[in-house]
Amino acid sequence: MTIKEKRFVAIIAVFALCFGFTPIGNAMHIMEGYLPLNFCITWGIICIPFLIVGYLSIKKTLAVNPRTITILAMAGAYIFVISSLKIPSVTGSCSHMTGTGLGAILFGPAAVSILGIIVLLFQAILLAHGGLTSLGANTFSMAIAGPFVAYGIYILCKRIKINKHVSIFLAAAIGDLFTYCVTSFQLAIAFPSETGGIGASALKFLAVFAPTQVPLAIIEGILTVVIIIGLETYAKPELTDLGFFAGGVK
Amino acid sequence: MSKTKKQVLILLIVAVLIAVIPVFMLKGAEFGGSDDAGSVVVSDVTGTEYEAWATPVAEIYLGGEIPGELESLLFCIQTGIGVGIIAFFMGKFVERKKWTKEEKK
Repeated sequence: MTIKEKRFVAIIAVFALCFGFTPIGNAMHIMEGYLPLNFCITWGIICIPFLIVGYLSIKKTLAVNPRTITILAMAGAYIFVISSLKIPSVTGSCSHMTGTGLGAILFGPAAVSILGIIVLLFQAILLAHGGLTSLGANTFSMAIAGPFVAYGIYILCKRIKINKHVSIFLAAAIGDLFTYCVTSFQLAIAFPSETGGIGASALKFLAVFAPTQVPLAIIEGILTVVIIIGLETYAKPELTDLGFFAGGVK
Repeated sequence: MSKTKKQVLILLIVAVLIAVIPVFMLKGAEFGGSDDAGSVVVSDVTGTEYEAWATPVAEIYLGGEIPGELESLLFCIQTGIGVGIIAFFMGKFVERKKWTKEEKK
């Protein structure tokens, strides 16, 4: 390992440890032991290619532009803060945001899968939040599906020339919401409704998660825009390295 | 104040309002996690009480759930460290911009 790589691993390790300290009892992750074994294995296998691509993508980004490591650290820390804030919502219950949109916009969706799985792993081990058995499913919803949708929305908005900040807002908010949609779907195919099958079951789970999450998704969108404005103002060289001004992630 | 500063300020105020208004709108609401709601739906959908077949690792070595006060401590540490990292790098960037400007002069 080069010094840069070592530094990177160290920073990631620090994040991972910190991510672990997310309090129990917030929504979003599928609980330990709550998903039948065959589903756990299937979701786990689906995640593997994404994680490999993610590792290679981070390695490449840092090899080409070593100084972007600070931005990567900030994107990680952002997920860290955002996922620790349990926010009250209109439904009278609390939930937290994902914070994966920022990383996806700056580093591409694959890179976030690596950040995400480390977070989830430590949460599961240290905090009884999420779970080792449901790790695959949770990784897929939070660290893969959410970021990919966020990135897709961002690129799409760029194509049709929507204002940059508006597209970042939409990307982060919809990515956050989509994570919960995927979680509902994952629970639904594991627990199809006796009368209505998977569809009815998915709607039921969605009805629990979605109303709570909509206002939070909006907050996440706003905060992501604020961070991006800050970085645009003060970290222009790094964002230029990442191709942020030139037209999306390399 | 510059246009960007105003924009940031307004965005932050809106974000805080979205989070705070429900607290005043729904007086007496519990504001618990929606995690439990999830498991209730599981038993609702399948018609039977679902038996979790694995126990979280933390609960195995602690022999029970993590106490509430400790939970909020861990929660504060997480937020603190995250904010620390962001603030540290942001501070570095802000200073750097200032210095490069002065050198150009």
